[in-house]
Amino acid sequence: MFKRVMTEIRNPIHIEFEGQTITVEKGETVAAALMLAGHGKFRESSVTREDRGPFCLMGVCFECLVEIDGTPNRQACMTLAEDGMKIRVQKAAFEEATR
Amino acid sequence: MKTHDVAIIGAGPAGMAAAIEATRNGLSTIILDENPAPGGQIYRSIETVPDQRAALLGPEYVSGRSLAADFRACSAEYVAAATVWNIDAGLQIHYSIAGKGSAQVTAGSLIIATGAIERPTPMPGWTLPGVTTAGALQVLLKAQGAINDDVVLVGSGPLLYLVADQMLKAGNAPRAIVETVPSGQLLKAARHLPKALKAFSYLRKGLSMMRRLSKAGVPVYGDASSIVVEGTNKVEAVRFLSKGKQHRIETTGVGLHQGVIPNQQITRLLGCEHHWHESQQCFVPALDDRFETSVEGVFVAGDGAGIGGAVSAVLRGRLVAMRIAEKNGRDTRLEQRAIQVQLAQDAAVRPFLETLYAPSPENIVPADDVMVCRCEEISAGQIRHAVDLGAPGPNQVKSYLRCGMGPCQGRMCGTTVATIIAEHRQKDIKEIDYYRIRPPLKPLALSELASIESEPTRHTPL
Repeated sequence: MFKRVMTEIRNPIHIEFEGQTITVEKGETVAAALMLAGHGKFRESSVTREDRGPFCLMGVCFECLVEIDGTPNRQACMTLAEDGMKIRVQKAAFEEATR
Repeated sequence: MKTHDVAIIGAGPAGMAAAIEATRNGLSTIILDENPAPGGQIYRSIETVPDQRAALLGPEYVSGRSLAADFRACSAEYVAAATVWNIDAGLQIHYSIAGKGSAQVTAGSLIIATGAIERPTPMPGWTLPGVTTAGALQVLLKAQGAINDDVVLVGSGPLLYLVADQMLKAGNAPRAIVETVPSGQLLKAARHLPKALKAFSYLRKGLSMMRRLSKAGVPVYGDASSIVVEGTNKVEAVRFLSKGKQHRIETTGVGLHQGVIPNQQITRLLGCEHHWHESQQCFVPALDDRFETSVEGVFVAGDGAGIGGAVSAVLRGRLVAMRIAEKNGRDTRLEQRAIQVQLAQDAAVRPFLETLYAPSPENIVPADDVMVCRCEEISAGQIRHAVDLGAPGPNQVKSYLRCGMGPCQGRMCGTTVATIIAEHRQKDIKEIDYYRIRPPLKPLALSELASIESEPTRHTPL
């Protein structure tokens, strides 16, 4: 499990992931915030709908794609968390189309 | 549109050093970086890291502070959170700012300082949530002081030991290190040792990390092979053979590493020539002795020019900026020669490291059932089958299978795909080559494209 060492939340902001409110440190990436809150699944793979989560955390692998405030395909590792952000697991495309 | 003498992409050690040197030589300079703050991966969060965390990350990391301070003090125009998504032949650069709008800039010379990415490490189970790169663990530690208290590190390379050592200092050593370096490899690497002694500080640092980890009782399983990450919806265990014996370690986290390779996206986009670096097992752009590519005015500094590490990255950044200053009429040749001497000295350790930590064959040429393209979920076997059906290279395999056409645009599979094709066709990998990279380099909202100020519409036929 991911945890903060030698540090604590000093400037708390709140984001929402799948309806659940998470308190995170201002300036943290969405990916780090979700991982620290214990979340591993960020999206479903587009072909077989397997669970996927962050892999490289440096903007290369696109495994951490989530839906942020209604916009899909956002790289969670390259996006800073902002107060009030609503984040959802990115579903496979075909399901998105019929929703 | 704004025009600069020099545009630099990437504000890691190479980019920052290049910006400092270019502006010192009177060149108008713009530097675009994808991250919210300078530092790149190696000096990530260098300006904001608390002292206690900086101490556990080590003196090499802390040395980035003065570089970042000098960079902030220089007159280069620094644009943070800028994602470059296209560069055209006239060196017009299109970039997106925090996904909110695009801007353009043109430059007389371009310095690509986009560094390295981790070598793809395809193996059974590597797509399970909970599996990350070892570098990703370090990113979290540097930027957030976040650490996984239940992780097994798997692979090969100095970074594995560095991450383990930093985790140990943070009071959360990894469960184990599973090292893919074969038993006889040290002997093979030993012939490069006399040369490596010229850069002894690297060897000393490595040895002291290994000693600390061994003293702390972190188990190291050497000569590991047949590695499988087990789990259904997330990591549950790592299974492997070590020295002929089967092992299974239960864990919820795995950090993979098989070294780093140049990030080729921009040099490929610009049509720069590349060649295969046998010792580093990756494609590198073809460069002259001052790091200019086959496309005039386009330079590569830092690890993107071939893996050399942070010290060399700074030296390369400075050298490239001096060379551009020379092309702009300033005699910097003496200074350039001095830098080249330092570069040769710093590179002395590389042949030893590259031989000792050569990537594991089962990751380089994975078995048929291993997923290679993570985005489109294409296995090594499907790629071999496409080759059997007549696909001669990566671009044809791509059109057969959609391999490399997902959101990562081939970053995570390109090198593996080329290697598999070369092996299956028994051809030289240089001949097989790589995906053709096209814009946009990163996904872009249509609304952003639409909002770009366009040239006046032509009403008369051409």
